[in-house]
Amino acid sequence: MLLENIIVFVLAAFIGMEVISKVPQTLHTPLMSGSNAISGITIVGALVVAGMVGGDWAKWIGFVALVVATINVIGGFLVTDRMLQMFKRKE
Amino acid sequence: MATALIDIAYLLASVLFIFGLKRLQSPATARYGNQLAAMGMLIAIVATLFIRNILTPAEMIGGLALGGLIGVVLAKKVKMTGMPELVAAFNGFGGLASAGVAGAEIARVMMPNAEIGPDGMLFSTTAAITIALSILIGIVTFTGSFVAFGKLAGKISGNPISFPGMRLITLLLAAGAVAGGVFMVMGAGEFPQVSDPVVTGALMVTAIAFILGILLVIPIGGADMPVVVALLNSYSGLAAAATGFVLDNTALIVSGALVGASGFILSNIMCVAMNRSLLNVLLGGFGGDSHEGESTTMSLEGKTVQSTTPDDTAILLSYAESVIIVPGYGMAVAQAQHAVRALSEELLKRDISVKFAVHPVAGRMPGHMNVLLAEANVPYDQLFEMDDINGEFETCDVALIIGANDVVNPAARHDKSSPIYGMPILNVDNSKTSIVLKRSMRPGYAGIGNELFYNANNRMLFGDAKDSINEIVAEIKQL
Repeated sequence: MLLENIIVFVLAAFIGMEVISKVPQTLHTPLMSGSNAISGITIVGALVVAGMVGGDWAKWIGFVALVVATINVIGGFLVTDRMLQMFKRKE
Repeated sequence: MATALIDIAYLLASVLFIFGLKRLQSPATARYGNQLAAMGMLIAIVATLFIRNILTPAEMIGGLALGGLIGVVLAKKVKMTGMPELVAAFNGFGGLASAGVAGAEIARVMMPNAEIGPDGMLFSTTAAITIALSILIGIVTFTGSFVAFGKLAGKISGNPISFPGMRLITLLLAAGAVAGGVFMVMGAGEFPQVSDPVVTGALMVTAIAFILGILLVIPIGGADMPVVVALLNSYSGLAAAATGFVLDNTALIVSGALVGASGFILSNIMCVAMNRSLLNVLLGGFGGDSHEGESTTMSLEGKTVQSTTPDDTAILLSYAESVIIVPGYGMAVAQAQHAVRALSEELLKRDISVKFAVHPVAGRMPGHMNVLLAEANVPYDQLFEMDDINGEFETCDVALIIGANDVVNPAARHDKSSPIYGMPILNVDNSKTSIVLKRSMRPGYAGIGNELFYNANNRMLFGDAKDSINEIVAEIKQL
């Protein structure tokens, strides 16, 4: 399992390098906020943890993780959209 | 069956993330790309909610609603000048979430009905290492990002902060974090109790990472924050990937790797644009809040600066054939971007070519200046990157420098004693006339005087950039 995970990680990192190195400077700020929203994928893990029946402190850690991950996802995608809609071509 | 469905949903999400990022390669498709990525996230979330046996929906819905509300408010309220702070804060949240999920995984194996792993162990060595890593990177990202946030928002001094022995303490703490990880590995395999080495080790790593994140960012000057924010972006991705290793979750690993690569590429671009190595930036001590006082460079003494007026500038501009505008963060501080757009439109009406030359480190984060200009309705095809426009200054009649300083200092090309020597700059001194809009002769972030100001073909237009440009526009309209 560990080896498979490492393979996936390395290959994904190469795809990331390939795709992102072609993003123009103009879009670097939206790239940062957008990719940041993508790193909020941890929300998936937070959902599972928050939905578990476990000890109290586990629940609280899960709850905090869920709240901050949701801020990251919702806020990140929204603010990126807000920025990108401002980019216009010459009429 | 259910797990296969989840895996398919996660694969779909990962593919949508990659497609989304790919569409960010052009401003024309970027918005759609971001929406694709958001769609991928929605699929991942819905799949998790519906397919997993989630037993306490109340807390979950509460968490989603609370986080969503805060996210919406932050995203809607932020001003474009405050974008670097917001991204820093989001990075921090991402780090905290990853660390939290990894930490809660320890809690999961402490439950009486916990599943035994495929290797027959409740808590394997691999789990111990990955959880330790995830907590370490996540919490360092969390506290580091909030120090960066404080510096960018002006709540903490932008000056590099350090004290004697700081690097030694940082090294000792890093060693302590490793020890905490070793502690966790030693406890692996046993049934964890609150008193077990696993929990002690995890708490140790958390506490050390908390301090380490602060110590890693406070010695770095305000001017270097763009690199730090990009690097923390990378860390937040790595934290998510580490959590993916903990949970054996491919979606987390793929997304984390993508974001890690993105942040790494951006920090690298910023470092190249400043001719500094990443290590040099991280060791800190360079630059701070803008330095008061006149230039101290000896070679500039005795030379004179020629100043000009908005009226003369207006005449010069209206007789030009091509104008290049070089915006810097000072333009945003003066809130002059709308006035600049009005000027650009007025000149375009007169068939004068107007281009914007944007240096990679203009603004407070990568690409920040482009967002500020886009907000002011400057079309993106009028914005040019440094390498694409540097050759055009030779044929340009007027280069208008608004709130930029170090990125147009010719000393970077030839003065080996200058702290910015070797940094790629915009060659505005090659244009027929350069006009610098500036409040005073105060040096820029690097705290050094600018040779450009003393050039024979350079004019200084002192005053508030917004007022000056408004006056220029009014004057051009009358001509």
